[in-house]
Amino acid sequence: MIRDQEFLRDIASYCIENSKKLGATDVGVKVIHSVSENVSFRNKKLDESNRADSFAVNLTTYIEKKKSSINSSDLSKSNLEKLIERCIDATKITPSDENNSLPDKDLMSKEIRDLNLYDETHYPNDKKIEFLKNVEETASTDEKIVNTEAGFTENKNNFILANSNGFLGGYKSSNFSSSCVAVSRINGAMERDYEFGSTRFLQDMMKPEEIGKIAAYKAIKKLGPKKIKSEKIGVIFDKRISKGILSTLASAISASAIARGTSFLKDQINSEVFPNSINIIDDPKIEKGLGSQNFDSEGVETNSLKLVENGILKNYLIDTYYGKKLNLKSNGRSGGTTNLYFENGTLSFKDLLNSEKKFLYITETIGHGGNIITGDYSVGASGFMVEDGELTYPVSEITIAGNFKEMFKNITLANDLEMKYSTNAPTLLINQMTVAGK
Amino acid sequence: MSNFFKETDIDTSQAEAIITETLKNCDDGELYLENHKSESIVLDDNKIKSSTYNSDQGYGFRAVTGEVVAYSHSNDISKESLRKSSDNLKDTLKSKKGTYNHEIPKTNNKYYENINPIESKTFDSKIDLLNSVNNYLRSKGSIVNQVTANFLGEHKSIEIIRSDNQILKDDRPLVRFNVSVVLEKDGKKETGVYGVGGRQSYDDYLKDGSWKEVCDEAFRIANVNLESKPAPAGEMKVVLGPGWPAILIHEAIGHGLEGDFNRKKTSAFHNLMGQQVASEGVTIVDDGTLHQRRGSLTIDDEGTPTENTVLIENGILKNYMQDRLNARLMGTKSTGSGRRESYKHVVLPRMRNTMMLSGKYSQDEMISSVDKGIFAVSFGGGQVDITSGKFVFNCTEAYEINNGKIGSPIKGATLIGDGPSILKEVSLVGNDMKLDPGIGTCGKAGQGVPVGVAQPSILINKMTVGGTKL
Repeated sequence: MIRDQEFLRDIASYCIENSKKLGATDVGVKVIHSVSENVSFRNKKLDESNRADSFAVNLTTYIEKKKSSINSSDLSKSNLEKLIERCIDATKITPSDENNSLPDKDLMSKEIRDLNLYDETHYPNDKKIEFLKNVEETASTDEKIVNTEAGFTENKNNFILANSNGFLGGYKSSNFSSSCVAVSRINGAMERDYEFGSTRFLQDMMKPEEIGKIAAYKAIKKLGPKKIKSEKIGVIFDKRISKGILSTLASAISASAIARGTSFLKDQINSEVFPNSINIIDDPKIEKGLGSQNFDSEGVETNSLKLVENGILKNYLIDTYYGKKLNLKSNGRSGGTTNLYFENGTLSFKDLLNSEKKFLYITETIGHGGNIITGDYSVGASGFMVEDGELTYPVSEITIAGNFKEMFKNITLANDLEMKYSTNAPTLLINQMTVAGK
Repeated sequence: MSNFFKETDIDTSQAEAIITETLKNCDDGELYLENHKSESIVLDDNKIKSSTYNSDQGYGFRAVTGEVVAYSHSNDISKESLRKSSDNLKDTLKSKKGTYNHEIPKTNNKYYENINPIESKTFDSKIDLLNSVNNYLRSKGSIVNQVTANFLGEHKSIEIIRSDNQILKDDRPLVRFNVSVVLEKDGKKETGVYGVGGRQSYDDYLKDGSWKEVCDEAFRIANVNLESKPAPAGEMKVVLGPGWPAILIHEAIGHGLEGDFNRKKTSAFHNLMGQQVASEGVTIVDDGTLHQRRGSLTIDDEGTPTENTVLIENGILKNYMQDRLNARLMGTKSTGSGRRESYKHVVLPRMRNTMMLSGKYSQDEMISSVDKGIFAVSFGGGQVDITSGKFVFNCTEAYEINNGKIGSPIKGATLIGDGPSILKEVSLVGNDMKLDPGIGTCGKAGQGVPVGVAQPSILINKMTVGGTKL
């Protein structure tokens, strides 16, 4: 069972009071309890069951402008007492930094709205097993599928965030997720693909048959890939990976990257960064949203932000510390974006595929080839050739490369946005990227 | 050494009774206890950006029968919590019956000292050194735009209690010191990153001004990249420098030779045992026994002593890396490769220090044999798709080779290849094997563990370079 707010509040108060007693001028603390149960299947047999029960305390103490932190999983008062002492000792000898402080009081979240983030339903392991059997049953109907793995995880979480300025807030949240990985084989060569669903409420979970079917379909479709010739070509990003473009944007417009001068979008505020048809929104208050929150990791109220409006960069993602460096107020993005998405484009998926004679359609990238400082991008990729609007054959062992500055300006969006993750994008086309193959 | 049951309502013999009772119908399993202390001190943008101390303790209770693993972990070491975990494990395995394997090899070897690196250097002296790094690098001129430096230190005590009341213990120090510098010239910005580390105290890596060498190397890489041109795109010859570029070995074949993927037949290598998978002259080992190395372990996280496992000998595939579960199911012995990130994670077969051994050629011979290609010296990270065998890694320092001569530096690019065939494309193996500086972390199934790599210079006949220039 997940611990209640009162239990977590007691520990938070104990940490604040003790830190102040030992000389802290300001204190911030987060206390978390989470319980997670996971069952996984392989080839229609139980493979693993895993139960996790975890506590965490994250404490930051300030003495004027000096700051230090501790994290611990042991909530016993005797342990906390020792750690608080250690934290205060470290704070005393850490050099001060004029930007260290708790957030401004008037920016703090005042009321906690119920965003429908907690489903108390417990899905017992027997039910999870039933679900996974169905996933794998549908995944393995085709004889080309030689291996299936499926998992179901249920997660319940409760937390309290508090600081010595009187802020105290927290709430429960839940998450149910299920996945299936299918391996297909033909002529001794294998391919792997997957499907995945994640929801706040159990009742919103994809049907097991759907998860298994999609994973198998995708794994089979990838069989017998070709390596293509190196060329410049328009690249279409499948929805599973197009959201990566938004994650790159989020890193590049974080106040820390801007203040440190390590972003390719430095000094680009109020400039055209995307084509003027593009709007990008970060909305923390979506009911049941996977990235929804009432306040950020410092307790600052978060509201919906238009990051990009008609192609123009309008906002950075600002926390208290780097906000001070930039002379800007926190906009509740300590900890990053919430529910981040592109507003839908105008073309249907089909029309996008037909907008040129030939495209490369990418369903998966591997490697960490994005450089936020220079904007250079180069990753391994696999997917399909698109000719006259049809996916003609699978492609692998190639790379796609470009520079985000130009890539951003050459984006065309389809109108098939779905809210499946916390960051979501429709299918998108980037004109003229370099593909390296044979 | 931690006493895990001190200040709890349970003592060792009571815990042993629960363990023995829980595992009586199982093939294997144990109670894994861990106490982990770590620190991170970061200097960034001319300031001490953060100083954090972490203290984590907990247990992971595992029961294994057949192919099924039941696991329960918690940071509450108490009678009630252990009982609850025990019930959970028994419930998962209620319909299974196994025979407990009591056999576990013993060792008197030790590959590192039991020191706590966090306490063996004062907080003040760490702050002083970070400030010295900042001043030293910034004194190199106004071209220096940003400096980040950090200490990461940890001490982990583990205790494994098996069903027969056998108790195995290990104490593991680990440190890492990193420097990253951003240079700016004519509106162009580039980064250079370098670090050192291993299972010793910080000062073993930083004394006598050797921290300056770390700074100089980060500065040198960034400086080289300021002059870089767009990288070429397409298939060409690639010369890899010695040391850290061995992450190619780690990604291309290391993961594919982990026991679990081969038992499940999802690795591109699963039917290649005893076959030629690399050119003659290529020998690759995974060694957990190197003194003080980042990937070394006295015992693995199941209590098995580590060893030097030969993976590929003169081109022939010889062994997979095994933990106890996969070894049992494949009818072989654990190679001491069972690892977990923490008590919160199940054991998986993992790499330790993966090394390609030296051959007989010089790096000059390799470069002069290449008409058109690239020379890759330093890398960021890599990744592999185990099933298709396709892998990538990112160059952070590379040069073009034209007519046997090293030319201009080129921008960072991803290189992509096919694991089972890449080692057959290795045409020359160098005589200059080098270990990496001790900075690697390997990720698998959401678990990060410290690892090492080593290799000599090698010449690869054909690889796809993912640049932008056609």
